[in-house]
Parts: sequence; structure tokens; C-alpha cells
Amino acid sequence: MRQLSADVVVIGGGTTGVGVVRDVAMRGYKAILLDRADLAQGTSGRFHGLLHSGGRYVVTDPLSGTECAEENAILGHIQAGAIERTGGLFFTLPGDPDPDWGDKFLAGAATAKVPVEEIEPSRALKLEPRMNPTAERVFRVEDGSVDGWQLAWSAAASAKQYGAQILTYTKATEITTAGGRVTGVRATDAKTGEDVTIDCGFVLNCAGPWAGGVAAMAGCEPVAVVPGRGIMIAADRFTNVVLNLCVKPADGDIIVPCHGVSIIGTTDVKADDPDHLPIPADEVQKMLDAGEKLAPGFRQQRLLHVWTGARPLIKDDRVAASDTRHMSRGMAVVDHSTRDGLKGLLTIGGGKLTTYRLMAEHIVDAMEDQTGDHHPCRTAEEPCPGHEPGRYFALNHRLKEREADRLSDQIICECELMSRTMFTDLLKEQPNATLDDLRRQLRLGMGPCQGGFCSSRAAGLAFEEGAIDIERATGLLRLFLTNRWYGLWPVLNGQQVAQAALDDWILQGLLDIGHLPAQTKEVI
Amino acid sequence: MFEPTSHEANLLARASVDQCVKCTICETQCPVMAVTPLFAGPKFVGPQAERFRHGESVDHTLDYCSSCGTCTLVCPQGVKIAELNSVARAAMKRDHMPPRDRLISRTTLMGQAMRPIAPLANAALRAAPVRVLAEKIAGIHRDAAMPVSSGQPFHAWWAKHQPAPTAGPAGTVIFFHGCAGDYFEVATSIQAVEVLERLGFNVLVPKQGCCGMALQSNGLYDTARAWVRRLVADLEKAPQDLVIVSTAGSCQGMLKHEAREIMGVEDESLQAIGTRTRDICEFLLEKIEAGQLNFGVKRLDVTVTYHAPCQLKGQGMGQPAVELLRLIPGVTVVESGATCCGIAGTYGFKKEKYEIAKAVGQPLFDKVKEVNPKLALCDTETCRWQIRQHTGAQVEHPIYLLHKALGLS
Repeated sequence: MRQLSADVVVIGGGTTGVGVVRDVAMRGYKAILLDRADLAQGTSGRFHGLLHSGGRYVVTDPLSGTECAEENAILGHIQAGAIERTGGLFFTLPGDPDPDWGDKFLAGAATAKVPVEEIEPSRALKLEPRMNPTAERVFRVEDGSVDGWQLAWSAAASAKQYGAQILTYTKATEITTAGGRVTGVRATDAKTGEDVTIDCGFVLNCAGPWAGGVAAMAGCEPVAVVPGRGIMIAADRFTNVVLNLCVKPADGDIIVPCHGVSIIGTTDVKADDPDHLPIPADEVQKMLDAGEKLAPGFRQQRLLHVWTGARPLIKDDRVAASDTRHMSRGMAVVDHSTRDGLKGLLTIGGGKLTTYRLMAEHIVDAMEDQTGDHHPCRTAEEPCPGHEPGRYFALNHRLKEREADRLSDQIICECELMSRTMFTDLLKEQPNATLDDLRRQLRLGMGPCQGGFCSSRAAGLAFEEGAIDIERATGLLRLFLTNRWYGLWPVLNGQQVAQAALDDWILQGLLDIGHLPAQTKEVI
Repeated sequence: MFEPTSHEANLLARASVDQCVKCTICETQCPVMAVTPLFAGPKFVGPQAERFRHGESVDHTLDYCSSCGTCTLVCPQGVKIAELNSVARAAMKRDHMPPRDRLISRTTLMGQAMRPIAPLANAALRAAPVRVLAEKIAGIHRDAAMPVSSGQPFHAWWAKHQPAPTAGPAGTVIFFHGCAGDYFEVATSIQAVEVLERLGFNVLVPKQGCCGMALQSNGLYDTARAWVRRLVADLEKAPQDLVIVSTAGSCQGMLKHEAREIMGVEDESLQAIGTRTRDICEFLLEKIEAGQLNFGVKRLDVTVTYHAPCQLKGQGMGQPAVELLRLIPGVTVVESGATCCGIAGTYGFKKEKYEIAKAVGQPLFDKVKEVNPKLALCDTETCRWQIRQHTGAQVEHPIYLLHKALGLS
């Protein structure tokens, strides 16, 4: 039993929660963040990697458009290393449902103050030769791509510098209250089973699609969060500029180049349970068709992975509950003191990854409105550790790094150019991590071979470093490959079949990983 | 970075990169990787690194690739590894091409410049002080095998040549000798003409320039494209229904596939010329097997190493020289079994690569010394220079032996 205390407990370690704990800590509060799993393992890591220019919302939700444009610039200042400045293109096609959308788009952009420049389609094709060549009007915007895991981890590092504690794999089980006030949080360490009790005066519920359940832990009427499920498909990178259909926001209207992949997104279907999100075959086909429209030949690209995430949309009575796309994308802060008569608990929902910092600012402002203490928010000014304003990520950074250390260091993940030292350094920081936890920060196993070559090396290395025993090594290896496979088989075709066959020969035929000794209980 | 719509950008983007399954077969066969850690290997430099370059080759050690093409040859997935590397190298060197690489790429220029002063030039290239200077100033290794200029170029011999009485009944062919065959390996060109005429062919030799191979392998694509187009125009001046028979093992590959596959020369004339071009051994073997030639050869008691050059293997026609020479009674041809001699065009001339090239070729040199230290055979010019340099053996084109067996020498 661990006994801790804090001013504020943040529940949920997605980008919003991490942004909140950073903001709270920077304002001088003693803060603890809890997540039942790893940082940014949920929605924040399951999107298409777009850093919005705001262009997507200039017609339907101009306020969101403005916020995106402003936050896009701020993230370039505080977390540049997580961002690739790819630029983006919105284009109209013959037969678009609304022939006037281009004009509406330009007008909306002017109102929302989202920088947009109309360019000749021929010039756009030079910028991105894979854009649909039948494009009629093309608008250039400041879309980029962003790594949600790096956003979360670097904001967490900043929060820690201000004294915050980040407790991953610590599942909140109860929010204790007395006399209409929050008094603390009870939690369980998921890895050891140890109980953790935290005395605190305030809880900020940032659990995204799981926020309803967290509010219920305090005995509140559940907040109706409607998880909007969407699938994304990653092809080996073949585009270098974000491609958007210039239409009313719809399924499959964007391809984002992010790290070594080009990602198409997305669908939007109401989900019942954010822990169980299917990847239906018809949605995969729908995305592939949409890909053909955005970048003809998409179906011939090598498809590496498909995943699904749940948007945390707070229920809005203006639209039907089954139509999540047209709910407010804007963030919503639920004050449980007015709603449920419970002081010291706020819930946040909605929003977008691009505006995560602003969401954090809003909920912490709302907290201070309730407590009466007021401190300025400084999260927009100070770069996170390891980031310098304007020093953006570029795809060739790792190649440059390996060129420098190739002769003195081994390369463990060949597809993603991850070195042995990168792996062992992070493992030292997080000795209890699963291979998937390490993957999210290192990109282990995320390239074309999907772990076929690197996974067994990584498991062996973790064992050799003394971080794990042999049973855990086998368990971690199997878990990692199982997770890779979930995202691989629904899009398995073409060249990837040859890869899957070779991987299978290596892992099952040669290494026989199905019959290695492993622990019987679930690997966490 | 290349223009997004250029051939180079296309090759990299559409690429066969996506066909790589990381099986590593290319790395087990790469002759450079086997001898130096400085080269990261074809899989790393090819399909892996290409995913990260984004048009900018920041990994400068890719230049240790010798472009021998073995990786492309052995890849079971059809990845154009060597071609990718070649384009990535061109991207890297676009704005800072070393003057040396510009100089040694111009085979014709070297030949022309050296010819009028051949004895002097040859002596100079043998003289240690000159070579030390060349290494310091130009980066050409002081010990690298340099071509020996023949005083009289092949085209001068041809101008005075009278067809042998045997020429004619088997038909007419066009002879393609390449520029090294004009200035440096003149004897091979003469032997080829004499062999063809003895076997009944009427030979035409249109004026012909350089194919641009060395320029291409040094990343000077624009000039190389112009040169190969000019060569195609030269060869087109001869009757267009005739087979083009070649002793220039590498240059014929340029016409057959490299100009198109590496440099994107999409040209009907090039395709037509490439289709008509045949390696001399391949051509003769076909004719003999079809019973169309009177192949009267005398016995030659000789055992000799034959080394199939990388660029010949890349043409996908097997090793016709081996089969052809085995038709000569008494001749024992021992295949070198070596991947590459190391020179890879101009690679082994460069001071930073000389030792690597030597190490690459070592198994081959050992084989030559073991089998017959006096004579070895190889189809391409620079490979012969390299093998001569490191074994001291006389190294000839396979046609040399046939020439002897036909009693022509």
C-alpha cells in the first residue's frame, strides 16, 4: 500500500491529461498523473498523425479552425521536434457533392484566420506528384504531421521538471469524497497489484473516451461520452505533403505522411465500448477506395498496418447521438460542482490532438475559477525538454544519426533505424515496459517488416540487459507480435503477404516461439 | 533534391523499395560489404535508407557501393537495389561532384588525350612521382591499374583494313567495340573482327562514341544520357536490320538495360539498338548451336580462369563465353567463382577505395594465380586492367582464345 498526496490528481495519460499535468505543475501545484496503461496508448496514439492547419474546419466549425491555426504555431514553438512541416493541400475534384465548397473554403479561411493560398493544380502536382491529377482547385495550407507519443512524453518530461509525478500502469478505482468535496483517489498498480492511495483536493478527469467511467467513480451521474470510432490505414510512405479532399468533412478525406508511412483516415462510427473497437472489412475497403480518390494507385501501395481509435466526443443535444462527426469538435469542460454538487472534480472532453495544450489551459483555468487561486498559464511559452523552437523533425534525421554511429552501435530495428543504444537507454528508464511501450517511443517494429526481424532481437536484448527473465521475454515477444498481427491481417495483401510469410518462417519455423516456455499469467 | 517529376524522383518514389522483405540475401552476396565495414551494405543503403532520404542523401557512406549490381542480380523480390543506390549517389553528388570523378568518367577523352603521346603518357602513368601527384591532386590511387594507350587506335587500323576472303557468306553484322576498345584494348577489337570474318561474317564498323557508362556510375546522369543518345544515333547510321555484335561487355549492358533502368532514357531508338545488341560470345554460340557456322578450330592445350564480370551477369544471359570456349578441344575453362574483381568501372581507381577494391578481388586473384598465373579471361576492359594489375597475368577477352584456336594468332 502506497500513500501519496498531491494538490491535483489528473486521471488519463493521453495528450490532454499530460498537457493538463504539465500546466498544473507549471502553475505551482503538486500534481500526480495516473494512467491505467502507458502514456498516449489510447486515442492520442491512434489517429492519422495530422497537425491541423485548421483548414478542415474553416467552413463547418470556424472557431475550431482558428484554434487549430493558433495551436499549430504554438506547438511549433514548444514541441517542434515532434512535428514535420509537410504542408498540406486541399483540392476539389470533378463531381464533388458541393461545387461551391472551394469558395466557401476560401471565405471560411479568411474569417477563421487560417492561412490558405490557392495555387495552380500543376504547381500542386510538383509539390506532391501523387495528388489526384484531376484536381480542379487546390488550396495550400499549413498542415503538418505530428507524433502523438512524442507530444505526450515530452510534455510529461516538462511536467516532471516542475515536480509532477507520472504514474503509468496505475489504474484509478475510486474517487473518494466527503461533504460534497473530492478528498482523494484510490488506485491499483497494474504491474504489482499494489494499492495506491492519494490524498488530494482536486481531480481533473482527462480520460477521453473513458471519462464517463471515471466520473462515475466519484458517484456522479455518468457523463455521456460518445466514443466515435475511426480506422486508419498506413501505407509505406509514398506522399510527402498532407492531401485533403476539399469537401464537407467526410470519411476518408485525408492522407498524412508521418514518419515512414502515409496514413489514410478515417471513418466515424459510434462505438459502445472504447476498449473493444473492431476493424470491419467494409470500412477497410471504404478507406482503400477513398485512397484511390486522394492519390490514385493507393491500393497498389504496400499497406503496413491498420488501427482504430475512439474520439472522446461529449454528447451534444443538438445532433443525433449516432452522428458523431457533426457533434461539437470544440472542447467541453463539465463542472461537477454545478452538475452533481461535487466540488473538486472537472471532466474534459472533445477537442483535437492539435489543440491539446489549449484544452489543458481551459480545464486548469476552470479549476482555478473554482478554487479562487489564479496563476498565469505558461505552457505556450516554454519549450518542452529536448525541443527547440523551429527545430522540426525531418524524415532523414535517423538516417543521419545512424550514419554517425553505425560503426560503433548495432541497428536493432532495421526498418525504423533504431539502434541498440536507443533501445537499452529507454529500457533503463522503463525496466517494466512492454515491447509495445518501448515501440511507441522508439518506433520499434513499425516499418515494413512489422517486427519480423527486430522483435526477437529486442526481446533477447532486454533479457541480456537483465531487465527481464526468460519467461517474460517470451511473453513480451508473443504479446508484441500478436498486437502487430491484429493491425496487419485486415490489410494483408500484395507484397506484405510475402513479408508475413517470411516473418512466419523465421518466428514460428526457425525460432518456434509458439512453444517457448512462458509465464502463464497475462503479460503486462 | 531532384525535380519531383524527374525520372530519378520517380524511380525512388514508385520504386521497387516496397518489394523488399529484408531477407538479407543481398548482404550475403555483396562483395564490398564482405571486405569493409565502411559500406553499410545493399539492404541498408538501398531499400532501408531510401525510406528516410526524402530526396536528400545524408548517408554519405553510400558512396562505398561499387555499383557492381550483384545485389540486384541476387534479389529474389526484384528490388532494383543497385539502381536505387546509383540514383541516391547521384542525388548526393549533384552539387559537389569531385573533379576527379568528372575526369575519370570521360573514357574517350582520356583515350584521345593519351594517344598522340602514347609512349610518354604510358610512361607517365607508370612513373611513381606522377602517380603520387595524381593521388594528391586528383584522388586517383597511385597504384591503381591505369589503361595503357595503344599508339594506334582501332579506328585507324579499321580504316586500312581489307576484309578477309572468308567474310561474307554468313551475313553482315555491325561491330560495337566501345571507346576502351578503340583506344586501350585495341587488340581485342582487331581479334573480334578477324574472328567474325574468319567465321564468314561481313563486318561493318560505324563511327561510334562513348556510351557514358563511367559518367553514369559516377552520378553524372545528364551528360551520360546525352552520350548514350549520341551513341545510339551513331549505331543507327548502319543498316537497321543487322545484329550489333559487341566485345564491350559493360557498354553493351548500357545499351541493353542500364540507360533505361538507371537513367530513365525512354527512347524507341535506344530500345531498338539494345534489342539488336549481342555479346560476341553469346552471338557466336547461338550460331554454332544452330549449326550455321563452320567452326573449324584446332586443339589448344590450355587451362584458364574465366571471370564473368558483374555487368555481364546483370544482362541475364548466363556465361556464353564458358560454353563457347569449351567447344575448343583441349581448353579447360575454370570459372572464377568470384563475385567481383573489385574495380567496378572507376571505383577501384579512387584513392579511398583502392584497398577495398583490391580486397574485393583477392579471391579472384588467388584463383587466377592458382589455375594459370600466365593467362586469364574476362569480358570487360577495366576488370582486365584490375586483374592484370594484381596478378601479373596476361588477361584477355575470351575472343582471344578463339582467335588462337582459329589459327589467326
